[in-house]
Amino acid sequence: MKHFSSLLLLGALVLAGCNSGGSGTDTSSTATNTGNSAPSGDTGEKLKVVFIPKDTANPYFKPVGQGIDEAKAKYNFDYQEQGPATADPTSQIPIIKDQIQRKVDVIVLAANAPNTLNEVLDDAKAKGIIVLTVDADLTGNESHRAAGILPTDFAKVGESQLELMGKQMNYEGEFAILSATTTASNQNTWIATIKEKLKDPKYSKMKLVDTVYGNDEPMKSSTEMEGLLTKYPNLKGVLSPTSVGLAAAAQVLENSGNYPGGPKAKNGGIHLTGLSTPKQLKKYVDKGVIEGFQLWSPKDMGTLAACLGTSAKRKKIDLKFGTEVDGPDGKKYKLDDKGVVYAGDLLTFDKTNIDKYDF
Amino acid sequence: MKWRELGLLAVVIVLCVACTMKDRNFIDPHNIDSILLWMPLLLTAAIGQFPVIVIRGIDISIGSIIGLSAIAVGVLLKSHPDLGVPMLFAIGATIGLILGILNGALITYAKIPAVVTTIGTLTLFRGLTYMVCGGDQIDASLVPDRLTVLAHSGITVREVTVSWLLIFALLLGIITALLARFSQFFGNVFAYGSNPSAAYLRGISPNKVQMACYALSGLTGGIAGVMFLSRFGNASPASAGSGFELLVIASVAIGGVKITGGSGSTLGVVLGCALLAVINVALVVLKVPADYQTLVYGLTILIALLIDALSRGVKKQGAAA
Amino acid sequence: MKRPEWIPAILSIAVFALFWYLSKDFRDIPYLISNTTILAETGLMAIGMTLIIIAGNIDLSVGSILVLTACLMPKLAGHASAPVAILIAVLLGAVMGGINGIIITKAKLPSFLVTLATMAIYRGIAKAMLQADSAEVAPNVKGLDRLSLLGMPYPLVIFLVFALVIGLVLHRKVLGRWLFGIGTNSEAARYAGFPVDRATITAFAVSGALIGIAAFCMDSRLGVARPDMAPGIELQAITIVVAGGTAISGGKGTMVGTLLSWLLMYFVTTGMGVMNIKAEYQLTIIGLILIVSVFGQQVATSIASHRLPKPTKLSTKP
Repeated sequence: MKHFSSLLLLGALVLAGCNSGGSGTDTSSTATNTGNSAPSGDTGEKLKVVFIPKDTANPYFKPVGQGIDEAKAKYNFDYQEQGPATADPTSQIPIIKDQIQRKVDVIVLAANAPNTLNEVLDDAKAKGIIVLTVDADLTGNESHRAAGILPTDFAKVGESQLELMGKQMNYEGEFAILSATTTASNQNTWIATIKEKLKDPKYSKMKLVDTVYGNDEPMKSSTEMEGLLTKYPNLKGVLSPTSVGLAAAAQVLENSGNYPGGPKAKNGGIHLTGLSTPKQLKKYVDKGVIEGFQLWSPKDMGTLAACLGTSAKRKKIDLKFGTEVDGPDGKKYKLDDKGVVYAGDLLTFDKTNIDKYDF
Repeated sequence: MKWRELGLLAVVIVLCVACTMKDRNFIDPHNIDSILLWMPLLLTAAIGQFPVIVIRGIDISIGSIIGLSAIAVGVLLKSHPDLGVPMLFAIGATIGLILGILNGALITYAKIPAVVTTIGTLTLFRGLTYMVCGGDQIDASLVPDRLTVLAHSGITVREVTVSWLLIFALLLGIITALLARFSQFFGNVFAYGSNPSAAYLRGISPNKVQMACYALSGLTGGIAGVMFLSRFGNASPASAGSGFELLVIASVAIGGVKITGGSGSTLGVVLGCALLAVINVALVVLKVPADYQTLVYGLTILIALLIDALSRGVKKQGAAA
Repeated sequence: MKRPEWIPAILSIAVFALFWYLSKDFRDIPYLISNTTILAETGLMAIGMTLIIIAGNIDLSVGSILVLTACLMPKLAGHASAPVAILIAVLLGAVMGGINGIIITKAKLPSFLVTLATMAIYRGIAKAMLQADSAEVAPNVKGLDRLSLLGMPYPLVIFLVFALVIGLVLHRKVLGRWLFGIGTNSEAARYAGFPVDRATITAFAVSGALIGIAAFCMDSRLGVARPDMAPGIELQAITIVVAGGTAISGGKGTMVGTLLSWLLMYFVTTGMGVMNIKAEYQLTIIGLILIVSVFGQQVATSIASHRLPKPTKLSTKP
């Protein structure tokens, strides 16, 4: 028994060693790099860029990372992605601390909360690290990061989504919103815009009957969607500006058969739209459960982040709020007075074009 | 039916009546569908957890077993899109069984307490889930219609559909109930749960009982994983089955299976699942604001527990008199 | 080698040496000391959890107590001085923990179920109260993690002092004897005249008070409190306690074990963190270490008592 236990212990240690060995190679290679670029900065030496998504499993952030990764030769940097296992307001703090200790040059961050990271981000800034937020900004705490990169002008997302919803339901009837959590700030911005725009005479015959929250959990989102179908027998449309919610809603709607052209369609069926990556919803578009939905290009956002982060670190550009800077494609990008910059336009996916996208 | 189940049934009925009085939508066929669809996953996993808790054990890793099974079957569908539904369930069940046996071996032969083992394997299996799929989600296009159809077709009575998933889960329940009553194995489980040392003296092998219970829990978790794919049509390594452990254990415990071992019934477990389903769907259909749902959920559970404690008090007095 | 705590101690040293060898970012003592501020909060929760588990109970609501206290404290304390704010946090935590203890003992319900419900209730109150808002912490209580005493950041000092004090109470005072007695056999303890209910409630309240201190540290560190933060921290606290050799069935355990296990967890998470090991691998490795640590202690105990673990030796509780 004695031998067995020591064997097991040894095995566990070896295993731990092997596992860390995998990423250990990364670390050692970057270690030598820092050796070369001792005073890392404007010399054009290889930089270290790390991307911290909201959590490791969210498929939405894969193309963002890809966008950064593909730019690493052009801007001469080492790239790593390091996300927390869960997307909560505090889970990114230890990871940011780790990156400070690893002496990275640029942190690209999709913040899980706009106000819990201030202290640790100030530490990063004090060490000369350029912190850029992508997709989710530090609204109200903009001074704690160098710039915020949004995939598209979020002020227009609510409007475009409402317009798409309206077009599908012929600008009349009841519709509901299936959102993520009550604390998700992007979601709240879009919902506020939608409510505001509904006052437009164009949408006067559309009525927003309810806003529900699926917490970005499959089970809760499904139950909420089923609840909408029960509570509002005259429902004509559901708008879900979150990919988890939209996928769950699509499955529920397919099951109910109550979509336009579906086997149990009542008064033309319920129209479903929202925001998601094309790959996740291709099946439902092919079947006609979803007519069309929208998103921007997450990849372009990653590329822009890589460009701005490394250029700022090398002092080629100054990320001053309210100025214009050079982007990856030679175009000028304008930082607004909060330091926010938009990477591109909103894309609409439907039967005609969904096969063209691979994210 | 015993006092305990009657009390629980009463709680479920009172809750349903109260909800219906608050809002007629509660007995709308759509809503009953929603409640019925809430149950199969939970019930399947709870049926496996039931004997584990009877023998004074616990399987906290169940949420990750569900997740690993769902993701592994999804990954398999990538390379073998033509696998039949029975085959998918068999594969899911096998994966679960293997994980369950691993739990059982650590608990039985390495003598690591069940809570420790299964908290450990909860994170271990979740880590494996990420590795199996390389962090990628299982998209809806990978999940075939012949699997998802099980969640929305079945036996329809007056517009209410009892889905094949629920029928399957209830069948598992009935089999378990029959086994619990008539089989030697469950006799051993209850004997071991009430008094391990006495059971040992009567010639019941504790190792066999423990191994079998954890293997069974893994097996039902594996089946629940395939049900997850069927019900939701997609799965992500982070959210598939995550947090289910508390739901499963809560439904078994609320169903009157004593955490201290030795007692409990399948009917109680079914009622425990039903109570959780009713509460969770009621929160939605009665339009409880999102910010208050967690609070109302917690309070309802606590009240159900206190009513139960009260009814036990009444029963004791009755027995004394 | 009668004390099985040498297993987490040796594992800590091994893990420390391993990362010291593998990562230059880990080879930085001042960093290793200053980086303890986050896990020190979990450590404070683990101290109280040790008392609760030794008495044969469990508290799943500790994370929710932490969050509700962290959200309420800034609201109630306003711009009051730091000592007042700490007092408020300690009282809030003690009351919440005490409520758990009272329901468990008076309604004779299993702690697992009661705290499962209060876990939702406490967090639910925080959510209902703040909704999409956050509680702003007054500037005068911010930045405790940046102050140090004897070269150690305050949260670490606080954690170590309480580990020592509560450890002494547990192993030297009558309350500790009661808790061990209750955990071994609560009926026997009752017959022996131990104040079972009072001791149990005290354990939950003390744990709550320590969580209150952890909540204060957290508020001070983050400058803001949100109802959706720190999910799953209860499992982390329980993991530290059981990996330190405290028996989940009650009646057995030491504060030294919890402390060493905390150290092991700290080295593992910090080492893997600075090496950017992927979150999924981190989860797997932590799961393995928990199992190895407990298994090692199991074997060490049986070797120390010159017998192998036999299938006949059965625990009488889950």
